[in-house]
Amino acid sequence: MIPEIGHFALILALLLALVQGIPPLIGAHRGNATLMAVARPAAQGQFLFVAIAYGCLAYSFLVNDFSVANVARNSFSQLPPVYRFAASWGSHEGSILLWALILALWTTAVTIWSRHLPEDMSARVIGVMGLVSFGFLLFILVASNPFVRLSPAPMDGSDLNPLLQDPGMVFHPPMLYMGYVGFSVAFAFAIAALLSGKMDVAWARWSRPWTAVAWVFLSIGITGGSWWAYNELGWGGWWFWDPTENASFMPWLAGTALLHSLVATEKRGAFKNWTVLLAILAFSMSLVGTFLVRSGVLSSVHAFATDPTRGIFMLAFLGVVIGGSLALFAFRAAKMPTGGSFTWFSRESLLLANNVVLVAALGAVLLGTLYPLFMDALGMGKISVGPPYFNSVFVPLITPLLFLMGVGPLARWKQASLPAMAKQLRVALAIAATTGVLVSLASGSFKPMVGFGVALAVWIVVTIYLGFAQRLKYIGGPTLPALLKIPRGFWGMQMAHLGLAWVVAGITLVSGLETERNVKMNIGDTTHLAGYDFTFQGVSPHEGPNYRAASGNVEVAAGGKQLFVLHPQKRIYNASGMPMTEAAIDYGFTRDVYVALGDELDNGAWTVRVFHKPFINWLWIGGLFLALGGVLAASDRRYRIALRAAEAPAVAPQGAQA
Amino acid sequence: MKRWIPLLIFVALAGFLYVGLHRDPREVPSPFIGKPAPAFTLPVVGQPGMTFSPADNKGKVWLLNVWAPWCVSCRQEHPVLMQLAQAGIVPIVGLNWKDKDREAEALLARLGSPYTAVADDVSGQTGIDYGVTGTPETYVIDKNGIIRMKHIGIINEEAWQTKFVPLLKELNQ
Repeated sequence: MIPEIGHFALILALLLALVQGIPPLIGAHRGNATLMAVARPAAQGQFLFVAIAYGCLAYSFLVNDFSVANVARNSFSQLPPVYRFAASWGSHEGSILLWALILALWTTAVTIWSRHLPEDMSARVIGVMGLVSFGFLLFILVASNPFVRLSPAPMDGSDLNPLLQDPGMVFHPPMLYMGYVGFSVAFAFAIAALLSGKMDVAWARWSRPWTAVAWVFLSIGITGGSWWAYNELGWGGWWFWDPTENASFMPWLAGTALLHSLVATEKRGAFKNWTVLLAILAFSMSLVGTFLVRSGVLSSVHAFATDPTRGIFMLAFLGVVIGGSLALFAFRAAKMPTGGSFTWFSRESLLLANNVVLVAALGAVLLGTLYPLFMDALGMGKISVGPPYFNSVFVPLITPLLFLMGVGPLARWKQASLPAMAKQLRVALAIAATTGVLVSLASGSFKPMVGFGVALAVWIVVTIYLGFAQRLKYIGGPTLPALLKIPRGFWGMQMAHLGLAWVVAGITLVSGLETERNVKMNIGDTTHLAGYDFTFQGVSPHEGPNYRAASGNVEVAAGGKQLFVLHPQKRIYNASGMPMTEAAIDYGFTRDVYVALGDELDNGAWTVRVFHKPFINWLWIGGLFLALGGVLAASDRRYRIALRAAEAPAVAPQGAQA
Repeated sequence: MKRWIPLLIFVALAGFLYVGLHRDPREVPSPFIGKPAPAFTLPVVGQPGMTFSPADNKGKVWLLNVWAPWCVSCRQEHPVLMQLAQAGIVPIVGLNWKDKDREAEALLARLGSPYTAVADDVSGQTGIDYGVTGTPETYVIDKNGIIRMKHIGIINEEAWQTKFVPLLKELNQ
């Protein structure tokens, strides 16, 4: 009964999405307030019914209803409840439903926090999101229904892919989808602006906090995904340039470009067309990413079933949404006036450079991801493109960006003075270069790349300091009160830049200095790596809820002193019989010690892989700072004031000025 | 005019994606197609003293099915092969790949054997000569001993009808 309720709720949601999409857009076009007023209740109703549908699916998973095909394929009675819940988005069908749920959630958020917008603007935004939602719900009902029953029902399920049985699975996909789908808001604002023909500065101000919040979720999602891969896959790697990873990275690059371009549009009225195009691009990349992952056009370690009907439907949907938006752009963009003028060296030109670099990097990633497909489609043979391509193309492309990151925030709008800035930045450059040389010398053998990466990170950090110094001088007075006067937007930008510097330092240090060993170890054998001694004390059997494991005992010592014992596991999952490697890691601020079991050999001997990963955690710490910066920027006073001013008359007329 | 560029790029991209949808990214062409099947002489499972060599099947169209007792997918494929063998459509020769635990003979005795002969490749060397990437894999070899097709994975009904039937018909003419 419950799955049928879910199915029925989906149908109602589909109809409501249509009501949310069409009347408000017509109303906004004709200036009919009644039709526009339909948008909010329809969107909220749609969210309610999608949420009911999702609840029904999650319930079916939690109670092990194996008569539902999706549950039977992706769950298992012995699976712990939290993974049964997470399994609801572990399948193709479930993940698309999660997409639709999160889209409805974002739309509902827009209905609540858009009261300060002109009525026709909010009606258009909600209407556009309704049409996108309609496409997704139609896809679910036609080609990807998660509520299909099996008859007869199997006795037990075939289990969730063991790779996905990790705490990461509980948090990572929802975070990533919140980010992916969140760009739909900026997209809807851009389309609304194109439809209305009013490309004023207000449009950029309204989209900025939404874009920032979506970007925060995506940043957390990507960082978390990388952390998950590092912990779960047992290879000690943290980024593989896998098509699925690229699918989340491309919207992030586009979204980062959009965030910066929105600043120029809001503050100076510059690059209006370009910003609209980026808003379309960011959401298009989310859609293309979903398509690439879910249609099976690319093979990836993230194995999903290939189903051509679904692929065709999704491609048609992409064609309507992206093609339609770009056609609208082509018709409408020309009508819009361009913004104020600026010289070649100014905040505007530096932001433009940022955008060019980010979009070029996005293009390089997209090309690498799709290149095998192009070659195959052109009949030029099967090839695969791996990390060497991405590293050798992406790294040099992104390096100038890191340099410009030090210059941009210090430059003035319209026209900056190059000699004055050169004087200001000379010291920063000297500090960065010196640190770089010292670090590369200190790292043992001379490693120029390590030094260069660290120098870039230090360069960014020093220029952040200069940025604050400049601000404080401008505000004047004692330091502490002046610091509090600095708007959160500025804090957010600097925090995010600091986070990126941290990530860059972590990547360079771990890539340049990590060491690993793959050895055969008998019981009692000791191996040495990076000053640590690893003694293998054999394995003991271990029973998990839905797997059996050989749990290794590896004693780690340094300088003759026993430090800790690690228990890497080799698991066999009961339902699928699939073996899984569960690495054991001792985390540290300056290094991780990482041990994974390989294969069992004779007489209790095993192959054991040990890694020393210096500074790897800086990647994830930096990622969190990046996200925190986004949160600060999104909560800047300007946006809160705008909201309060709009809500105040309705809530508390007297308190509005307080 | 330049405002149309993004749309044009997207249309080109969508075209590629459309073509890509109709291709299987996992299907890798084998360099052995159209080449003579590598020669080998291996003992036959369950028949001491007997050997099998591809030259023995000269003049016949036949299948070489690479399998192993430890391979779960091969177990799933087994009933399909039994049906084919009972229908007598094409002779199937097994290549028992890396059977270190020597289980093949007992297993075939228990489940029945779809094979006209099973060559015993304990070392896995012959499999490597054929470019085996995993089990099960099936090669179609023509009357002149040339490999005409390689199928990776289980032969299911659909694969049999679309890939094998037309080819076997053509080769048997």
